[in-house]
Amino acid sequence: MSNFISELGVIIYATLIYTPALLYAALGSCFSEVSGVINIGIEGMMTVGAFTGAAVAYFTSSPMLGFLCAGIAGMIFGALHASATVLLNADQTISGTAINMIGPGLAILVARALFDSTDTIPLSPEQKMPLLFRGIFDTSTTFGKFMENVFGTYVSTYLVFVLVVVVWFIFYKTKFGLRLRSCGEHPEACETLGINQGFIAIAAVIFGKFRPQGALIGCLLFGFCSGLKVVLGGSGAINMQIISMIPYVVTVIVLILFVGKSHVPTANGKPFIKSR
Amino acid sequence: MNNKKGFIDFISTNKVVHIVLSIVLGFLVGAIFLVVLKIPVGAAYGKLFAPFTNLKGISYIIVYGIPYIMTGLSVAFSFKTGVFNIGCEGQFVVGSMAACLLGILCPNLPSIVLIPLCFIAAMLAGAIWGIIVGFLKIKWGINEVLSMIMFNWIAFYLSNFIAGIPAIHSDGSAEATKSISENAQTLLSDETIANLGLCPTANWGIIIAIIMTIVIWFIIEKTSLGYELKAVGFNKDAALYGGINVNKSILLALAISGAMAGLGGALQLMGMGRRISIFSSQEGFGFAGIVTALIGCSNPFGVFVAGLFYGSLMYGGSKLNLVGAPTQLVNVIVGTVVFFIAISVIFTNLKYLKGLFKKKEVKNVNGGEK
Repeated sequence: MSNFISELGVIIYATLIYTPALLYAALGSCFSEVSGVINIGIEGMMTVGAFTGAAVAYFTSSPMLGFLCAGIAGMIFGALHASATVLLNADQTISGTAINMIGPGLAILVARALFDSTDTIPLSPEQKMPLLFRGIFDTSTTFGKFMENVFGTYVSTYLVFVLVVVVWFIFYKTKFGLRLRSCGEHPEACETLGINQGFIAIAAVIFGKFRPQGALIGCLLFGFCSGLKVVLGGSGAINMQIISMIPYVVTVIVLILFVGKSHVPTANGKPFIKSR
Repeated sequence: MNNKKGFIDFISTNKVVHIVLSIVLGFLVGAIFLVVLKIPVGAAYGKLFAPFTNLKGISYIIVYGIPYIMTGLSVAFSFKTGVFNIGCEGQFVVGSMAACLLGILCPNLPSIVLIPLCFIAAMLAGAIWGIIVGFLKIKWGINEVLSMIMFNWIAFYLSNFIAGIPAIHSDGSAEATKSISENAQTLLSDETIANLGLCPTANWGIIIAIIMTIVIWFIIEKTSLGYELKAVGFNKDAALYGGINVNKSILLALAISGAMAGLGGALQLMGMGRRISIFSSQEGFGFAGIVTALIGCSNPFGVFVAGLFYGSLMYGGSKLNLVGAPTQLVNVIVGTVVFFIAISVIFTNLKYLKGLFKKKEVKNVNGGEK
């Protein structure tokens, strides 16, 4: 039993390593998809965010500032995508594809200029997000070890779960959320309103039927399967490539068995032409 | 004045002009980055365009362009039929693997049999990979973009898995399959390559790419099948009302699109790679196909030119580090080109400038009288 609990702790820990990045992206994707804009460019925005976060944290030694600037960098590219698609009638797939090419390219060009290398310099522990809860549990007991595993990772990991609730609240409990959702269904009705992880985040959103709580389950499923990959892979009993395939096969099977048809926001992908 | 009007109309309405303008702007943005990075623009762009100046370089461009033409055709065909084949990457991979298996396991078949067999197997594999997604959509209503992304990764790991099977895996230390039989290769003879001074991987795959460009154009423009597929792409409900079997059309569109991607995988393998490596990340031929289709306006002949253009940038880009410029510059340039294509409405709006010109002229006339 105690063996099972500690194994479970390890699997949860591995799941928590893989889930947050996906979930942040998926929550963002929820916003754009639900408002009727397909965001193929998530991948590019994530890369730009990752680079900005690492670079700012390195130069300022403030992980929180890096975290914030990463979001702002993603926002700038989101604004680029938005102005192209909303103001200039750009096809959303084309604009997103462009961002997917420009983002990583730009990140590496700037890295070359700043660090004279295609990589950013590895961050020291104090430049990374704090491990808020590490060390407060007594690891000599099985339960303590379990808790250490569950709560032993970066604070940004736990923040994302709070954000799921926040996004859910925005979507379903605020006027803005109602407007956002109605834009996705009938853009004409509200004229007054204006990898590859990225692709998996998009998949998780579709999987979750374009709802934040659904995307949470989608991301956790991916994160769990990826975590399982690490835990099982260590044993060497099953071929690594087959194990790596699990998250994707499981997703398809789950879709067939339980989820089925997901309702794509009616106007998703269609350029919004105001005078229509 | 008439001339000026005609010129602006030409710019604002001609799609090809929009693309050319986008390309020019893409290179301009690239140049700005080079200046910021303090790399001489002339030297960098010289390296990028150098391949066009000699036969060897041109043979490199063609060889690099073949897979992009094929994946571009695949995506362009899917665009025409209203499906977005983001699963091109996976279809390319399974096609490549199908051809590879035949090339390794049937080494003694004569070329005249083995090569067509490899092509057919690759097209079938790609088509099946596309049909599965279509089937999931029709039978269970599963979103095709989602399942395509899943099947890209399943194909990726499947390929890695097969490449690791002892009978297929290289005998040497390379993390790759054995090389395919010479009978399955599309390389030109050593003499031809030496005599003409071509690149070492010069192959006749481009002929297949040309044939397929014409075939896809013919299917879209000249057959009732193409008409039906386009009708479904344009308006599914109207097509259904008009008596077209929409489900069958979706499956067929994905099958043909997948077959093109699969064949692209085979051509790349049989000419360029000759074996499949175990990769740690996707190679991106499918995503390049999306870009190629966009630059080529989803027109098969446009895609052909765009594929060669992309191939030239990829080859030229690999030489950029010789002048101290990062290879990634190419992606920024191509990405910017695609972005300007996306917002090409800005070129259309040049029409509004006409009004500005008129006003200016009136003012000038007035000024002259005073």
